Amino acid sequence: MIHQSAGVKKGLIAPVLKGAIGIIAGFFFATTAFAASYELLNVSYDPTRELYRAYNEAFQKHYKAQTGNEVIIKQSHGGSGGQARSVIDGLDADVVTLALAYDIDAIAEKTKKLPADWQTRLKNNSAPYTSTIVFLVRAGNPKKIKDWDDLTRSDIKVITPDPKTSGGARWNYLAAWGYGLKKFGNEDKTREFVKAIFKNVPVLDSGARGSTNTFVRRGIGDVLLAWENEAFLAIDELGKDQFEIVVPSLSILAEPTVAWVDQVTEKKKTTEVAKAYLEYLYSKEGQTIAAKNYYRPRDPDVAKSFENQFPKVSLITIDEVFGGWHAAQKKHFADGGEFDRIYQPSK
Amino acid sequence: MMQKTSFANESLWVKRAGILITLGFLAVFIVLPLYTIFSEAFRSGVAVYKKAVTSPEVLSSIRLTLTVALVCVPINTIFGTLLAWSIAKYSFRGKKALTTLIELPFAVSPVIAGLMFVLLFGAHGGLGRWLQSMDIKIVFALPGIILATTFVTFPFIARTLIPLMESLGNDDEEAALTLGASGLQTFFKITLSNIKWGLLYGIILTNARAIGEYGAVAVVSGLIRGETTTLPLTIGFLFDEYAFSAAFAAASLLTLLAFVTLILKSAMERRLKASD
Repeated sequence: MIHQSAGVKKGLIAPVLKGAIGIIAGFFFATTAFAASYELLNVSYDPTRELYRAYNEAFQKHYKAQTGNEVIIKQSHGGSGGQARSVIDGLDADVVTLALAYDIDAIAEKTKKLPADWQTRLKNNSAPYTSTIVFLVRAGNPKKIKDWDDLTRSDIKVITPDPKTSGGARWNYLAAWGYGLKKFGNEDKTREFVKAIFKNVPVLDSGARGSTNTFVRRGIGDVLLAWENEAFLAIDELGKDQFEIVVPSLSILAEPTVAWVDQVTEKKKTTEVAKAYLEYLYSKEGQTIAAKNYYRPRDPDVAKSFENQFPKVSLITIDEVFGGWHAAQKKHFADGGEFDRIYQPSK
Repeated sequence: MMQKTSFANESLWVKRAGILITLGFLAVFIVLPLYTIFSEAFRSGVAVYKKAVTSPEVLSSIRLTLTVALVCVPINTIFGTLLAWSIAKYSFRGKKALTTLIELPFAVSPVIAGLMFVLLFGAHGGLGRWLQSMDIKIVFALPGIILATTFVTFPFIARTLIPLMESLGNDDEEAALTLGASGLQTFFKITLSNIKWGLLYGIILTNARAIGEYGAVAVVSGLIRGETTTLPLTIGFLFDEYAFSAAFAAASLLTLLAFVTLILKSAMERRLKASD
């Protein structure tokens, strides 16, 4: 008797449980129901949100016209270093479009999900667009900030994100360092110079967009060290009457790099579409979208037609001044590196 | 006579001041912020609001937020009650340690909680490697978000119920058992009926935090737009993208969700009171 009743119960529970699991699973996986089309996850850095929103739409149309296939592109944005960390920890990015080559190197090194020579697979060192670092100041430039030297003044508050998590912040820091090296000609004085700038930094956000908001929305600081595209966008969104761009006498050529992540795309069978997605960034349409979003295009024709949009800046490169990203990362941003010695959070 | 009037006057004055201060406080800390959310949400007109709240991104984040709450609240209700029951009604070795451990999710920062799950279930975690070989995704997907949310909301129900159950003691249950009720009958008819107010309050708190959690979810979600971004994360994104009307429209939805919870709570209270 007892056995029988237990049996009846068991017979009831199993289908109920199966049904419940089915319902829950259906709910969870409802979004991936488009089996016929491709889905790409683009893990990117903070300020590229507007760029990739426009580009994804263009690429979807282009890809559909060319192959007849649908492609859905999902975006993830955050500080470049933090995003690389997520990919290392298992975020299944088909493509990574990060702020600098080192962050993709880190993924290649730590996970072997893409080959070490990934940067040679696409044109221009896998950097389809470039940018640089400029100053964004409040309208009328009330504090008369003209160049890097002004950032060391005691009456100036400088806003920049955290170089440990943000790519833009690392470019900011290296641009300042490059200027110091050129001006003083030796490292000790340069270190003092960069230290003096960071003494004026009241808060480090984790990503470039966070810093922009600290400066433009919360009204903190006198100058924002920003990606050129980020500075232009802030002016576009919030008004020319509020902010203006100051171009320093020397800045750095920032090369945000892109790559497909072989191990992920092979598993998801998206290698072809991921490659096409990144290659199309170099097309006339891709380059034009980049330029419209204030990234400097590589294509000479597109560059020519947007010539007046970008200020002329003399630029140093990471290779000639710092011996490439690996050397720069190791010397400046690794634990116990130059940055750790320079920066103490202000009390 | 004189003294009595002045006393009455003062009492009236104190009363009025008390009410005034309370109302002022409420106005500044609750009504004004609420008003700001809704006025900002509708600033660019109803059409913009409607477009914002029906965008695929916002809709998917509402669905995600509700899914997370729907899974996480029942789990915590069952285990929280069970835990409170074991701690309040029985004595065993390590009870003190267990009581302290319950508080852990409140003590650690939500970001740390998120990182903990990434380390544990991420590609380089002990469990993560094994799960990956089985092709099971925990972090950067829904299960991770549920785990993190369940973790940070875990203490609410247990913490509300333990003092309540302890103060009630075991007398009612013992009486029921003596009169021949089974263990389960005793639980549902006696214990549950005694703790229902506390439980309801715990559920409300759990739900409120579950739909509002930001830090822990931000870390485990991988921030995939329209897929692993809950409503609070989406609000943050929209705000960061200068889409202020859309951000506030989404924020007003989150606020409405909270209102719905409170209305449900009052309705349930009324029904429970009627049945008493």
